Amino acid sequence: MTKSELCEHLGEITGTLNKKEAELIVNTIFDGIRDALAAGERVEIRGFGSFSIRERDARMARNPKTGESVNIDGKKVPFFKTGKELKELVDQ
Amino acid sequence: MTKADIIEKVYLKTGFSKKESAEIVEQVFDLVKTTVAKGEKIKLAGFGNFVVKEKATRRGRNPQTGEEIEISSRRILTFKPSQVLKSAINGEGED
Repeated sequence: MTKSELCEHLGEITGTLNKKEAELIVNTIFDGIRDALAAGERVEIRGFGSFSIRERDARMARNPKTGESVNIDGKKVPFFKTGKELKELVDQ
Repeated sequence: MTKADIIEKVYLKTGFSKKESAEIVEQVFDLVKTTVAKGEKIKLAGFGNFVVKEKATRRGRNPQTGEEIEISSRRILTFKPSQVLKSAINGEGED
């Protein structure tokens, strides 16, 4: 299901939201999570899961084509931990 | 950030009441939940994809006792962040 399909469904479920409103809400939620993570914050949504940031160390790697060694800088990666309730729901 | 902060953002952005905003935010997460529970993936452009993966049965070991146990097959939810999200977190803007 894509974001636009999600917005359509949301309109059907609520019965009151039009597509534009549904889009504004869905974007506000996920842009909000992204901005919080970008600010270094952890995001916890009860019954759903939590988003946090994990640090990856710098490492040496090899270009598989040339065999050349390259230095890869450390970076941050977003990480999602599925909440207990959702974990059980998915595994049913 | 918690669900309450997300509700506040929706409230400020939309003009819906706090109560309505809370209900709608709940409905969005419920919709994502029921969709992935059916095994269907959710693709959110600019954010990432929630994908259900099947894990096969495998042999594991209780690290405390060393005892061999069978870990049964199961379904798990994974999140694959989009390039936009990964860049935002590393302060690279939206490219």
